Amino acid sequence: MMAKRFLPLWITTGLLIVLFIIGSAQFEGFGSLRVITNLFSDNAFLLITALGMTLVIISGGIDLSVGSVIALSGVVCSVLITQYQWHPVAVFALVLPLGTLFGALMGVLIHEYRLQPFIVTLAGMFLARGLATTISEKSVEIDHPFYDAVSDFGLLLPGNAWLDASSMLFALLLIVIVVIMHFTRLGTNIYALGGNEQSAVLMGVPVKKTTISIYAASSFLATFAGIVFTFYTFSGYALAGVGVELDAIAAVVIGGTLLTGGSGFVIGSVLGVLLMGIIQTYITFDGTLSSWWTKIVIGLLLFFFIVLQKLLNRNNKLHA
Amino acid sequence: MKSISNHQKPAVSDSPVSARLSEQELNAAKNARYQAGASNNWGRYLWPVCALIILLVVNLVLDPSFFSLSYQDGRVYGSLIDVLNRCAPVALLAIGMSVVIATGGIDLSVGAVMAISGAVCANLLLTPDVALITVLFVGILVGIIAGLVNGSLVSYLGIQPIVATLLLMVAGRGIAQLINQGQIVTFQSDSFAFIGVGNWLGLPMPIWIVVGMLVVTQLLLRKTALGLFIESVGCNASASRYLGINDKAVKLFAYIIAGVCAALAGMISAANIQGADANNAGLWLELDAILAVVIGGASLVGGRFSLLLSVLGALIIQTLATTIIVSGLPAKFNLLIKALVILMVLLLQSEKFRKQLNGLFSTKTSNNKFGEAQ
Repeated sequence: MMAKRFLPLWITTGLLIVLFIIGSAQFEGFGSLRVITNLFSDNAFLLITALGMTLVIISGGIDLSVGSVIALSGVVCSVLITQYQWHPVAVFALVLPLGTLFGALMGVLIHEYRLQPFIVTLAGMFLARGLATTISEKSVEIDHPFYDAVSDFGLLLPGNAWLDASSMLFALLLIVIVVIMHFTRLGTNIYALGGNEQSAVLMGVPVKKTTISIYAASSFLATFAGIVFTFYTFSGYALAGVGVELDAIAAVVIGGTLLTGGSGFVIGSVLGVLLMGIIQTYITFDGTLSSWWTKIVIGLLLFFFIVLQKLLNRNNKLHA
Repeated sequence: MKSISNHQKPAVSDSPVSARLSEQELNAAKNARYQAGASNNWGRYLWPVCALIILLVVNLVLDPSFFSLSYQDGRVYGSLIDVLNRCAPVALLAIGMSVVIATGGIDLSVGAVMAISGAVCANLLLTPDVALITVLFVGILVGIIAGLVNGSLVSYLGIQPIVATLLLMVAGRGIAQLINQGQIVTFQSDSFAFIGVGNWLGLPMPIWIVVGMLVVTQLLLRKTALGLFIESVGCNASASRYLGINDKAVKLFAYIIAGVCAALAGMISAANIQGADANNAGLWLELDAILAVVIGGASLVGGRFSLLLSVLGALIIQTLATTIIVSGLPAKFNLLIKALVILMVLLLQSEKFRKQLNGLFSTKTSNNKFGEAQ
């Protein structure tokens, strides 16, 4: 039973290692610490988004709005910093609570009015993207000493590898989320809610509070990812982050989280993002393979993991 | 199965429940139910039609020539025709989507299927010695295959519809790019372009394709038991299975319809630009299609559908977009307004919100009806 729960996790880890070894054997410079740190810094925003998506999916919901929230957060940051001369820290202090509120409102709609998460967050996706384009249709550049300081901040590791601020922020958030999921009542409630909502109600799980917290957390993390994305691109753009929600969902599934909810691990989604990242890196290193192969390979991977989940579940049911 | 039902027949007529109710009472109860159903049906059409009329009136106020039509070179011109013409791809997708949603599913892959069918047709047109009919046939075949893939994942592997169709949504665009070799493939074929820009009986071809698909699907679903089966599976798949409905085949069929609609929409948009753009063809149209179905009043949980209402939903979306352009507001408000409209429609569909709304309006009279309020 225990082993079965972790099986998708082991497979993802195994694939990750195998791909890394194949890449290292094939290409010079692939098997270096630098490739690994780049994997983290290139995907930091997706990793942070995937953390939130994992919470939502474990609770049995889905959040389609994250990509647009990333764009909205980036646009608001860049406009306030560049056009209104705010200090970035003050901007973050304003944007993060606002983003959290956005998610909380979606949670309220989902819980209070018994609406499907899928369609509510779809509306949220249009709303956030619409707000972002209304604020600024053009890409707004950020030029601020604070951003230079952030990009200079980091740890030089052996092999000329650079662990940047975004990766460290991600690591911090990862620890917080893992602690919440496995060592607090909220985490237990989220798992219970995803397992079976009726049973959760009967057990005394505060469904309203939990649902609202989940969507608030997801939007908070997406907003945070938007900020991290501005560290990466030094700009805010209303069309940034298109399709990130799908990448995040794919990463969560590849990481072994059950899409029906109730089972999964945050760390699995991290591995999922890394696996997708390493496929991308492999294709970049190869040079002859076209980028559309990434999509096809990720589609196949998704298929493989979904079927695997199905098979594992079937066996569980037989034993129960 | 037959023998069981034969055995049960006498048992039912002797059952205490039917004995207790007199014939008259039963008939009265039945009539009440029919009437409730009928009035409910009217209500379903009322709001979407009202919304469309309001939008059209707003357009008329903003632009007095909005309703004017002119006839030139064998084709009717006018803003109304433009709206109908532009909403054709979403309307087609909405027809398929409403069937899938009625089974309790969802199809996220329709946009990607549009891209694939467009790419396949464009490449076939560039191959010498391929008849137009073959191109059209293969294009539709792409839709059928996509539907088969989605449908078998959902019904035979038992994968959640959102996830199963997400697969093709992600991989489909990759496949389309693979077929196009990463380029935008353009072609010169007046006969194929006809389905996108041609006219027949004075109206653009896409409108006829939507009408044709609507009529065919409507006849197929409502003049046979298929529509009832679909709604039954959407209400409760396992109960339907116990009734003897092959719920898996019904679901498979629904995804095939959605696939065919998507393929047709893909061919229209490819014919429109005389080229296949794997990246942008049908991008995010799946969301518009779902939105059209929801505006048409179908529940996303499944169990009922109205093709006409879904097409009406697609029309509302397109009219809204036109209204925003006509009103002189920048196009960037399009998404924002769309989002607010969805939220309003969603809230109106929610029972609790309607109760709250009624509570707001009836507070003045609540003193008189205090006893009934509970």
